[in-house]
Order: sequence, then structure tokens, then C-alpha cells
Amino acid sequence: MSTFEITRHGRNKERVQSIATALLLGVTCLLILPLASVIGLLIVRGAPALSFEFLFTQPINGMTAGGIMPAIVGTMWLVGTSLLMAAPVGVLAAVYLNEYAKDNWFSRIINLAIVNLAGVPSIVYALFGVGAFVLFMGFGTSILSASLTLAIMTQPVIIASTKQALSAVPMSFREACWNVGATRWQTIRHVVLPNSIAGILTGIILEVSRAAGETAPIMFTGAAFFLPFLPQSVHDQCMALSMHLFTISTQVPNVPPAYPYATAVVLVGLVLMVNTTSILLRIRLRRRRKW
Amino acid sequence: MVKDTPKVEFAGLSVRYGAKKALENVSMHLDTKGILAIIGPSGSGKTTLLKVLNRTIEYTAGVRIEGSVLLDGQDVYKMQDIAGLRRRVGMVAPLPVGLPMSIYDNVAFAPRMEGIQNRTDLDEIVERCLTQAALWDEVKDRLKDLGTKLSGGQQQRLTIARALSHDPDVLCLDEFSIAIDPVTTMRIEDMLKEMRSRLSILLVTNLVQQARRLADRTAFLLNGELVEVGPTEEIFGRDPKDKRTFMYTHGMFG
Repeated sequence: MSTFEITRHGRNKERVQSIATALLLGVTCLLILPLASVIGLLIVRGAPALSFEFLFTQPINGMTAGGIMPAIVGTMWLVGTSLLMAAPVGVLAAVYLNEYAKDNWFSRIINLAIVNLAGVPSIVYALFGVGAFVLFMGFGTSILSASLTLAIMTQPVIIASTKQALSAVPMSFREACWNVGATRWQTIRHVVLPNSIAGILTGIILEVSRAAGETAPIMFTGAAFFLPFLPQSVHDQCMALSMHLFTISTQVPNVPPAYPYATAVVLVGLVLMVNTTSILLRIRLRRRRKW
Repeated sequence: MVKDTPKVEFAGLSVRYGAKKALENVSMHLDTKGILAIIGPSGSGKTTLLKVLNRTIEYTAGVRIEGSVLLDGQDVYKMQDIAGLRRRVGMVAPLPVGLPMSIYDNVAFAPRMEGIQNRTDLDEIVERCLTQAALWDEVKDRLKDLGTKLSGGQQQRLTIARALSHDPDVLCLDEFSIAIDPVTTMRIEDMLKEMRSRLSILLVTNLVQQARRLADRTAFLLNGELVEVGPTEEIFGRDPKDKRTFMYTHGMFG
């Protein structure tokens, strides 16, 4: 028997190895199945209603005909406004927590609070939004109230993803900067942020797509059942895709069966577009990685 | 030799990380010129001593410092301008760190942070520091390349160039040769021999022979205690003051 011949034990190892690979691959493929069927179903069922007109006109006849343009515009308003409020605060807080905060009881409590806030169900944020923004602060049901609610909901996730992007910058870079007399802020400004900005943006964009799909937080705070006009300012109410989908699926009689599916296709399409941007950004980040 | 005010003086320095003692009542000084080597097994507090000097130790949680550290007779821990202190103390870490920017920007970083924007001044600093660090000839045609893409030995010389870029009075090197090849180590050693005549150099090293080759004076640290400090030939001679020093330098430690 030559030295390089495979032993019985070696053959067994090889066999177990192929079984494990096949099993893991199989489970992964199972994951793709539901996603593919959801998208496939939506497109097939929604296709009859999908048209240029569907995207760019108002709903008419008690939402049983026409398009969904106000809902698309409304979703953009809500997501855009909430992003403007959540992103700067979240990023700055994350910079503080990751770069400045000492590991003491105070920072530990804040970190714990953030983790817990990320796990609060969105309907709870909705109730909070009604109490705090609609009633107490008197913003009424408006884009402002709804966006604030969304902003508070997305905040913890933005903080978490930003912190992750910041900690991906090796500690040795910071130490090297401090050693040559750069202040903490100079170090953050010239080394940490430029090398984590793509990761930070990726996190924010992913959060946008989540906010776009939320229904509960905007339902009582700013999204309208039906509005014949487009919002002019953050004090107006607006329609929203997720809310519209809920409405025409369950609340309105005589909606053509393709309409909810077509609306869902648009919503999912928007989310996919946003996520694709984020993936492209991440690819760019990986290519431009400087170490 | 007549001594003027020492460049650096550690006086009764004790450092604790929580309950763990890192340094215990260490007193010694650095001359304004020349090389002081600190030898000792790992965990003896050598790196701690450097971090105390440029106050980066303050970023470690739960650290307590007693005693004093004087730089040109000034108490380091009473200084307001910590960035200014760190510019006076050049620091080279064990593992080479090229910052994620061009070779030029690596060396120009500290001067820029100090407010120097003039291109001619920066060019001059970059060329001078890279030349001193024996790297200029290898990189002069590709200063725009990333510092992080250089080889380990080149990055370590880049780190030294960066440490020289803010014109320090004291240059500290913490086991600079552990991650680089012997040829680069020799080039850096030659450079240190050349710089000893105008700079105070604090060389922390695991390699006893490196201390013997380079240092004017040598200190032996053991478990946070300064066993002995004195002229290198005395420490490495037949008859140092402490028996433990002889055993360590002759590889009989156990």
C-alpha cells in the first residue's frame, strides 16, 4: 500500500464532508424559494393592472380605478423626511458612543437602551407617536408626526449599523494618529469617517427600505385613507404605499383583484431599488478599501 | 560625563491596571541625546512605560498612575496640550501601521494636523523624514501609492518617518523589529546609530543583543520593577549590580 493511498477513515471523512455541503446548500436554496415565489406571485397577479398610467395617476371611483401616484409620492415624503431627522442624530450619537464614550455604567445603559429600542414592535411606536407628536406636541396627523415616529423607530438601527461601520476601522489607525499628536476629533474627521462612510451610508439606506414598508407607525400619525391632492408641506397628511395596500386589500369594496398585487409590486420594487443601491455602494466600498 | 537637565525623568512611577501592578516605583532618566534601551521579558511593563510618557495610557480603562514623568523638567501630567506633548514624543509601535492614505499623506499627516498647509514646507518635511527613515529611495517615485500597500518592513520605516515628521525631542520605539525582516532591522539600527547624536531615543526591545549593539545605557525591567539601569557595557559585563541582570543578559533566566 503506497503512503498516499486514502485510508478508510479518510474516505469516511470525505463522505461526511460531501453530505454536509449538500445539506447546507439545500437549506440555503430552500430560503430562496419563498422569496422567489412571493415576487413571482405578485408580478403574475399584479401584471394586468401595472401600467404607466397606474404609476402616474390619482386613484378614482373610490379607489377602484385609476393609479397610485399619491401613495408613491407620500411614501417618498415620509421616508425622506424621517431620514433627514434620523440619520444625522443617529450617526452623531454613534460616533460619540463608539469614539468618545468610556466604558462606564452610563454608556452601558445607553447601549442597552438602544438594543432594546430596536426590539420594540412598531405598533408601540405608533401609539407613542400618537401620544407624543399628534396630541401632546400638537402636530396633528401629518407627515411631520408620521416621520418623527418613523425616525424614532429607525434611530436605534441606524446607531447600531453606524457603530458597526466605525468599529470596522482598525484601532491601530486611531492609535497611530494619537501618537503623532492628532486630537480625537482630527482622527475621526481625517481617518475614521473617510474610511467608514460607505458602511455608514449602506446601513442608513437599508433602514430607508425598512421604513418604506412600515404601516403601523404611520397609520395613526399621518397616513391618509384617501387624499385627492398631493402634500404641499410636512403639515399635510399624505397617502402611503403600505397603507394604501392595506386599505384596498381589506377596507374598500369592489377593488379589481389585480390592484393590491400591483401596488405590492411597486412597493417591493421600490425597496429592491433602494437595497440595490446599498449593495452597489458596498461593492464600491470593498473595491476602494485602503488596507 | 557632565549631565544637564535630563530629557525625560521618571520619578517614583507606579502604574496599576485595576488591581494588577504594571510598574512599581520606577525611577530613571533619559539624556538629551543617545539611546536608552529597556530590556526585560514580556509583561515586565516596558510598553506601559512608553504609553505613560505620551499619555496614551489614559485611553485604557481603570488605569492608576502615581509618581511623576518630567519632559524637560516639566510634569507631563500637568500639561494642558496633550497633542503638543505627543508631537514632542515620537512613537513607533511594534506592528507597522501605514495609515489608509498615500505615502506622502502618511508623513504629511502630523504637520497638517498642526496647521502646516504650505506645499513646499510639506514636500520638504516628507522628503527629509523619508530619507532619515531610509525609505526615500524606494518610494520617491510612488509617493501617491497607498501606505497600507507597502511591505511590512517598508511600512515600519514609514511609521518611523511619520514619527519623525512632527520633529520630536524623544523617539520611542517599541519592539520595532518583531514584525520585520533582518535586513530592514539592520537598516533601521544603522539609522538609529546615526540619529543618536542629536536625538534622545528610548528603545524598548525583546532582543537583548539589539540593546547591546545600540544602547548607550540600558535598563532592565522585571515584573514592573526596575532591576537596574546603567551604561550598557556595565549591564552586559561580567559584573552588573544585580545578579538577575547577569542571568537575564546571559540567557540563564528560568
